[in-house]
Amino acid sequence: MLRLHGHPRLLESAYRCSRRMFLPFRRWMIPGSMVERVFVVLERTLKGVAFDCRMCGECVLHRAGMTCPMSCPKEMRNGPCGGVAPDGSCEVASETECVWLRAWERSREMRFHGNAILHVLPPLNHRLQDGSAWINEISGVAGQEPAGWAE
Amino acid sequence: MTATSRLERVLNSGRFAVTAELNPPDSADPESVYERAIVLAEVCDGINATDASGAHVHMSSVGVCALLTRAGYEPVMQVSCRDRNRIAVQGDLLGAAAMGVRNVLCLTGDGVETGDHPDAKPVFDLDSVTLLKTARSMCEQSRFMSGRELDVPPRFFLGAAANPFVPPLEFRPHRLAKKVRAGADFIQTQFCFDVPLLQQFMQAVRDLGLAEKVFILAGVGPIRSARAGEWMRTNVPGVHIPDAVIARLNGVPTDRQAAEGKRLCVEIIQQVREIPGVSGVHVMAYRQEETVAEIIHEAGLLPRAGRGRRGREQTRRVVATSFHTR
Repeated sequence: MLRLHGHPRLLESAYRCSRRMFLPFRRWMIPGSMVERVFVVLERTLKGVAFDCRMCGECVLHRAGMTCPMSCPKEMRNGPCGGVAPDGSCEVASETECVWLRAWERSREMRFHGNAILHVLPPLNHRLQDGSAWINEISGVAGQEPAGWAE
Repeated sequence: MTATSRLERVLNSGRFAVTAELNPPDSADPESVYERAIVLAEVCDGINATDASGAHVHMSSVGVCALLTRAGYEPVMQVSCRDRNRIAVQGDLLGAAAMGVRNVLCLTGDGVETGDHPDAKPVFDLDSVTLLKTARSMCEQSRFMSGRELDVPPRFFLGAAANPFVPPLEFRPHRLAKKVRAGADFIQTQFCFDVPLLQQFMQAVRDLGLAEKVFILAGVGPIRSARAGEWMRTNVPGVHIPDAVIARLNGVPTDRQAAEGKRLCVEIIQQVREIPGVSGVHVMAYRQEETVAEIIHEAGLLPRAGRGRRGREQTRRVVATSFHTR
């Protein structure tokens, strides 16, 4: 499963296909529904194995080179902090590599969403923690900008 | 809320700006802040008050800034996302503005594991980019993040940090672009000991068209000895010191290494000054305020435009009172 990481294009296609597949069913994809419970179990299992998913409920894999930024100790969603060591290791967990190194490299290989890594992402909505990211994305509750940011 | 920041005026006028870092004391005595500020005030356009840098507890940046503005100094308040959530951060920004703080540097902050309380709970509710955008909306939209309106908005000259010296090097200019889009007016970089790397970064920054949109102050500082340099590059997060720098310090006897480190810093200032798009320097030296002043003097960056007679009188009055009430 972990070998999938080396294929950002394949993962990106999987994301796009799933999205297209789920869209027609959006009237049943409601946060808090029974359907969500099923999704939560599936996501926890599949994304847990594949991406070390933390169930933040606002998945940004396709905006971060198909690499989960939530495994960063600071949960940086807008790019790497300035504490990365010159050898690329994390300032907090020095035995691991900064997740953003891979995220950047992989984003350069992606065909459709590669440049989404350059966008400013809003902060996490902590109320969505442990919910289904798919339900939240399709129903539109995920990735919303704070009301005060609107220009 | 009308007075603008002096740092902003210096940068807008096209003069080469100088900011310096004040290391906050582990003390409840205001004098310990003023004795450091007095050294720095005459040699720079803005004094950075760090916010528990390296995740070590010191006097808070809000507290230091309150003392500095009271004495007529120009602080740059550093705000990190490590210790406070969006509720606390926005409240502190309003309080700081009310106390006369005009410059804010938005940082993510070092991880708690690198500091003296590694068992603390890291917050990181926001990051530097979302903090910038939030501060920007408070100023321009006069709203909290929640959308609730402010009665009187703050007016900040907003800054952010950049580290052009560590990987992913190619992503770094794009990350800077994100910060500019989120609302940064100026940037202070991590310590520069590798001028070619900074030149490379600045080339990319100019190619992205960012040099016209943001003022970039290169971070510089002296290394006290070859041993201190070794310690810094292994223990201070994100500091890159090339082997050649350590070798140069090792090339002189131990008692002359501090002077050599200072000379190197002056040389780096002169080199970064020549890079198009670099609008100033930010001088940092842990608890060596006198050395910072000497470096700025030796680099030929004096005199700085003073704070005027009124500012100096205000300082004398406030500092004298603080000494008096000890």
